[in-house]
Amino acid sequence: MAGTGTAPGATHSALGAPAERIEGRLKVTGGARYAAEHPLPGRAQAWPVPATVARGRVTAVDAADALRIPGVLAVLTHENAPRLAEPDDRTLFVLQDASVPHRGWFVALVVAETLESARAAAAAVRVDYAVDEHDVTLTPDHPDAYEPETVNGDFPGRREIGGPDGAPAAVRVDVGYEVTPLHNHPMEPHASTAHWDDGELTVYSSSQGGNTVRDTLASMFETSAEHITVVSAHVGGGFGSKGTPRPDVVLAVLAARATGRPVTVSLPRRYLPAVVGHRAPTLHRVRLGAGRDGRLVSLAHEVTTYTSHVKEFVEQAAVSARVMYGAPHHFTTHHVVRLDVPSPSWMRAPGEAPGMYALESAMDELAAELGMDPVELRAVNDPDREPDSGKPFSSRHLVDCLREGARRFGWSGRDPRPGARAEGPLLLGTGVAAATYPVLVSPSTAEAEARPDGTFAVRVNATDIGTGARTVLAQVAADALGVALERVRIEVGCTTLPAAPLAGGSSGTSSWGWAVHDACARLAERLAEHGGTPPAAGVTARADTAGRADAESDYARHAFGAHFAEAAVDTVTGEVRVRRLLGVYAAGRILNARTARSQFVGGMTMGLGMALTETSTLDPAFGDFTESDLASYHVPAHADVPDVEAHWIDESDPHVNPMGSKGIGEIGIVGTAAAIGNAVHHATGVRFRELPLTPDKVLRGLGG
Amino acid sequence: MKPFGYVRAASVEEATEAFAAHPGARYLGGGTNLVDLMKLGVERPAVLVDVSRLPLDAVEELDDGSLRVGAAVRNSDLAAHPLVRDRYPALSQALLAGASGQLRNAATTGGNLLQRTRCPYFQDPAKPCNKRQPGQGCGAREGVHRDHAVLGHSEQCIATHPSDMAVALAALDARVELFDEEGARSVPAAEFHRLPGDRPERDTMIRPGELITSVVLPAATAGLPSAYRKARDRASYAFALASVAVVLRVADGRVAHAGIAFGALAHRPWRATRAEEALVGGPATPDAFAHAVGLELAAAQPLRDNGYKVPLARNIAVDVLTRLASAAAS
Repeated sequence: MAGTGTAPGATHSALGAPAERIEGRLKVTGGARYAAEHPLPGRAQAWPVPATVARGRVTAVDAADALRIPGVLAVLTHENAPRLAEPDDRTLFVLQDASVPHRGWFVALVVAETLESARAAAAAVRVDYAVDEHDVTLTPDHPDAYEPETVNGDFPGRREIGGPDGAPAAVRVDVGYEVTPLHNHPMEPHASTAHWDDGELTVYSSSQGGNTVRDTLASMFETSAEHITVVSAHVGGGFGSKGTPRPDVVLAVLAARATGRPVTVSLPRRYLPAVVGHRAPTLHRVRLGAGRDGRLVSLAHEVTTYTSHVKEFVEQAAVSARVMYGAPHHFTTHHVVRLDVPSPSWMRAPGEAPGMYALESAMDELAAELGMDPVELRAVNDPDREPDSGKPFSSRHLVDCLREGARRFGWSGRDPRPGARAEGPLLLGTGVAAATYPVLVSPSTAEAEARPDGTFAVRVNATDIGTGARTVLAQVAADALGVALERVRIEVGCTTLPAAPLAGGSSGTSSWGWAVHDACARLAERLAEHGGTPPAAGVTARADTAGRADAESDYARHAFGAHFAEAAVDTVTGEVRVRRLLGVYAAGRILNARTARSQFVGGMTMGLGMALTETSTLDPAFGDFTESDLASYHVPAHADVPDVEAHWIDESDPHVNPMGSKGIGEIGIVGTAAAIGNAVHHATGVRFRELPLTPDKVLRGLGG
Repeated sequence: MKPFGYVRAASVEEATEAFAAHPGARYLGGGTNLVDLMKLGVERPAVLVDVSRLPLDAVEELDDGSLRVGAAVRNSDLAAHPLVRDRYPALSQALLAGASGQLRNAATTGGNLLQRTRCPYFQDPAKPCNKRQPGQGCGAREGVHRDHAVLGHSEQCIATHPSDMAVALAALDARVELFDEEGARSVPAAEFHRLPGDRPERDTMIRPGELITSVVLPAATAGLPSAYRKARDRASYAFALASVAVVLRVADGRVAHAGIAFGALAHRPWRATRAEEALVGGPATPDAFAHAVGLELAAAQPLRDNGYKVPLARNIAVDVLTRLASAAAS
């Protein structure tokens, strides 16, 4: 039931080979089952009812009309839903009390025989509210803003080196940037199917990590984790929004318990913006001071963002400055304000994506002020040690990425003057930006079995969210075993397998791969004891990387990259179209050239969306996001992404894990928006400091 | 979605009879908009009368040189039709600028004209909208309205019509042919859609139960230089921020014929008659184009956040006029 796959005929066993996705055929032929696609006998469908006020309290729910609709089994509300133990993440504490913390919060759930009945009945549920005043508008000087101790990732909110900035600087920039709210919007909406059978709970959930789902459910439903099986065999993307359990899985389990039926909750696209997290908006002030030689004498990055009243999540957007560049005066801080907004959460490269947009845009402004090539400015400021911690880098090849990117992109002939290139009404420009993402890794377990038929079963509760995790883990196993890839059977995506951490923080392959590597290396030794041939009962080896994977490192461990962009700005319309995007990465050993390229290109495409097309608008009057479907939330279309190249340099890092790999899932988005913004400045001579660069803003900036 | 009946009509007469026989009926074409609105609870028809398979799926050349496009012709087919591409390039370009390939394969000519606004307040039954429910108020006027109207809006409604195709039809002097139990009639495409006034719930001048049977592209504009330009947030699958269709004939350096229509500026395709009048007989120069378009857009009344639409519309109109004029001169 978990995703079991056999490697295709290709005989790539070496790590790094472009092995094809093991489950590729299953997916394109429709055989891969997603969370909502488990038609268990007697399965019912559920449809939630979102709150239609931005703040207040439910005073009455009238379900009489809804219950009269044929096929309706139950209308669950805070008055009649089974009680839950309070979770750490209060976004999951649904249907437990009358409060409405933001618009779109679920206030009821209809369970019915069919999806159509459930939807019709949900529309027929009458909810009365006591309405309170609300505030969803983030401002730079909001009176309720406070400075949090820590920000997402458990980083300190504030770091200060060198005291107040009194250093003489030949050149200074002091600039503000704004990144509007963004949504993950994976292709597969959040969905879960739950089934209780004599105290045993089985859940099919679209999640980036089944073990977290299982443990959270065990705690909320006050049962033992041994009684819960969570299956996430195939997941249609998550980008962070499925990193933790979401209300769909809690509602499905609640409804299954209340009705005694298997229940599927498949959230409609329009409900996602309010309940599965988003990237909070960030307001940035960046102040840089440098000598004539370009060396930074001061760096200050101050971030203001919001969180909800449900939970504190602070986008750690100033943290990447602590990694990137040193300066005698170095100041990074975050402020956050609780508003009546949906709860923000993880979205691909939380912190780095908006933070590096601001920092790398400011570096471009500094280069322009200095009259210095922006590649060179970054090169002269490349530190020997991590500026904040003082630790040596396990490996840092940012400058190599910049040089290799410049060579491939054809940067050297660039006329630095803005507005120098035109094609009729189009202004053309090129831009560069650096990228970074930390090397994160968590303990994992795994198991490998040598079977008498000559195959090897490798088991780990990894989650393949579309990245190719199955395939790359099979490669890791084949490499450690010293056998051909087609002899490896990989099993992932089910909590009955050895426990493993989530697919998030670009840490999945490192975490799971480490355990798979160790289990397979151990198995190879055992097998050797048997003369290379397993006995009839097979031979099994297990690994647990706890204590090693989570050991404090003496090194600062990060991946780095360089992004180059060429943009065309139409002076007639203000439309910005990217002609070329090129990324070069130093991300340790690349384990599968095909799937890695896909990750990098996907990240860059998402960065292109962040730069040009994607935005979620908070409606001040109603308190929700205006863009609630894929017609209005503008993810780049193919026509927006004509030419994207991803390359990497050979990097060997002995301080990360046995494979020498770093995470690659997020770094692609990190520098892309800044590179495009810098290209737009180069094209037009105008600094646009609020994303996305839509025609209305650009035309206004051009004096249109 | 509330339960609904379904009737598949075999003829135009059968369709209108079925509509009359079923209170709360709606005609169903490709369903690319109506079905979405039913899922959202915005449209709640009692019965769908499916007209997508009526024998109205042909593009035929009439004796007078005009082209009759059946209401059931799919957008993709119409865009690709050799006579359309050859004689009415603005129409083909407008169709291809709209929606996505999949949607164009499903959407029909008649349905395209009758699609509803994509105003987010209209699409959300939990928010006030005078178009969806007269008298309820307008959430957009003081709300999020970057995409809304700058011309011809009213206190009650600032929605725009989303069609690209209809903009080209308006500029090309096309006519919309209608049929109901009282008989057949035809109206200019530029007058088919209406301004919201105090009846924003009415998008068009069509009578209840009346069926679009075809669109006629006139001989008079066949083969004239024409073009469509659309500005949008992303390169494909996005509604216009502003668009323009232009039909221009230049003779001896002077404008002999001008048909100009704007999209995404108003509750209907905005036929720029003031600009056309200013142009005809005058010089075909960028200055003259800018002057004429400026006259038209002087009537604009932008809202708090959509003032950019005025220079955007001006720019694309002058650009297309200038391109067509220089192509004619070369």
